[in-house]
Amino acid sequence: MSEQPILEVREVTKTFGGILALNRVSFDVYPGDILGIIGPNGSGKTTLVNCITGFVKMTSGRVRFRSRDISRKPAHRIADMGVTRTFQIMRPYYSLPAYKNLVIPLFSPRAKRTGGWRGGGKLGDRNTVGIDILEEIGFERDSFVPYKMASSLPTGYLKRLELARCLALKPDLILCDEVFSGLSMSEIASMVPLIERLQMDGITLIMIEHRLRELFRVANRVMVLNFGAKLVEGTPEEVMADPSVKEAYFGSEEVEEVMTYA
Amino acid sequence: MTTNEQRRRERLDRGIKVRSDGLYALMSWRELAYLTVPRLVLIVGMLILPLVMPGMYWQRVITIVCIYALLAISFDFLAHYLGLVCLGGAFFVGTGGYIAAILNASLGLPPLVTVPVATLLGAMICTLLLLPCLPLRGVYFAIVTLMYPLVLARIIEALDILGGTDGIMGVDSFANRWVEQYTVIAVVLLFLFGVRRLVNLDLGLVFRAVMDNDQAVRASGMNISFYKAIAVVIAAAMGCLGGACLVHIYMWAGISLFALDFSILPIAATVIGGAGTLVGPVLGCIILVPISELLREFGTLRIVFYSLILVGFVVFRSEGIMVYGERKYHQFQRWVKV
Repeated sequence: MSEQPILEVREVTKTFGGILALNRVSFDVYPGDILGIIGPNGSGKTTLVNCITGFVKMTSGRVRFRSRDISRKPAHRIADMGVTRTFQIMRPYYSLPAYKNLVIPLFSPRAKRTGGWRGGGKLGDRNTVGIDILEEIGFERDSFVPYKMASSLPTGYLKRLELARCLALKPDLILCDEVFSGLSMSEIASMVPLIERLQMDGITLIMIEHRLRELFRVANRVMVLNFGAKLVEGTPEEVMADPSVKEAYFGSEEVEEVMTYA
Repeated sequence: MTTNEQRRRERLDRGIKVRSDGLYALMSWRELAYLTVPRLVLIVGMLILPLVMPGMYWQRVITIVCIYALLAISFDFLAHYLGLVCLGGAFFVGTGGYIAAILNASLGLPPLVTVPVATLLGAMICTLLLLPCLPLRGVYFAIVTLMYPLVLARIIEALDILGGTDGIMGVDSFANRWVEQYTVIAVVLLFLFGVRRLVNLDLGLVFRAVMDNDQAVRASGMNISFYKAIAVVIAAAMGCLGGACLVHIYMWAGISLFALDFSILPIAATVIGGAGTLVGPVLGCIILVPISELLREFGTLRIVFYSLILVGFVVFRSEGIMVYGERKYHQFQRWVKV
């Protein structure tokens, strides 16, 4: 690819005390990509997201976003540049209704600059924009759902709310930390087109997933982490065909099942 | 069927609460009254309080009530809308008080100038001093705010600066006692309704979001320390304003401005009045401060009675007067057959 990568991750290493959580991980993400990151539990996927988005200080290494170094920047500066993330354990503002949850990101400096999701220029009433975003992400406008307290929303809606919070910032890159996990099959089925639509809107996505079938459907590149180190990277087909992946991750029987699904 | 029929208690929302929560449909005088009467009772009640007080002594008590009410609103705002437990009432009062006293005694500025200047300057100084602990979560803010008044009082005492243990004397008083009382009452009402408005703005939502979930606020590209600093400026301004008024009332600034009463009593008032209601802490002060004056006759036993009242509230009405009162006002109960 001749294009300039949107995100360059170089030799990122993170140690927690004596434990090596990430070991010299390097990869590139190109604009419009959906990069899937998979790996067994404890392989460092969430730590990688935390390091890229500045929620955890990396021990060494470098991350560049649009050719600008973001490896030592605080989390809110990185989000301000357009690199947003969802949390694996959802973090809504429980005491606020769903649409008021979006008033907070819409209050941010970035949203004021960009005019919020799909908005050009001036940002109107934040409540209205919030409900617009929620409708886009699958909250039925005419139902009670957008007005419900976040504490009473089911998991599926909370995962969508996490994505909506990113969208309110009009991001260039979203790092999704397990948006499919904990959802029923039908909820995932409605989530997949949403992800595809985000890609069509020109948003680059990095997706951490355990739901391989759905991930392989949307992702055009997949990276496998094992014990904090990059094992393989390639197209979904290449990754599945790789024998070391089978050994490290899938286990011998399971892989047949996954491949038939995919 | 026996005569022993089963009954249960039913709670119903009253008035317009039942129709919408937030979008008030003002349809009739009755509903308008439902909304405005509680607020009017508070405003008119506060305004006539000095007139019905039996003498100079009790009028002065009302003034002190208002100073504590400012501190209590400040505590309630930081604790329940931002999640910062602030024990810095004494810090704010002391800073604001000393600034007002210096401006008045050394530069000869009138109270009309010293009070606003002490409010703004004091708020800036307090916030700057508290800035290092704003990024931290947990008890650090409480500890640091508790530490500053102790440290500042010891510094003034040990270095014998700013009048040392004698304090700064000869500060001008307000023009007369009516100006004094209505200034503080107006200020309390202004800040009470101002802060209530603020917490319902979008900025107020951000404050509450910082309390709920600061990581998500960071992920939204917002600097939480900046928003905490804004809130601390507002809270410190209230405390410094109280301190500046207090100095002009007592015509003296001394180390006792850093007394821990200013930190502790607002918290007790918040417990009694109802946490997070903003008006509750004001009511708490209206109850607590006169009680502590009445109990003055008992000498040191005063603390015992005072503690008993507090314990009673914590055990039997821990939600606070205002939370209880609001529920009773907005809902009514009746017994229905099952």
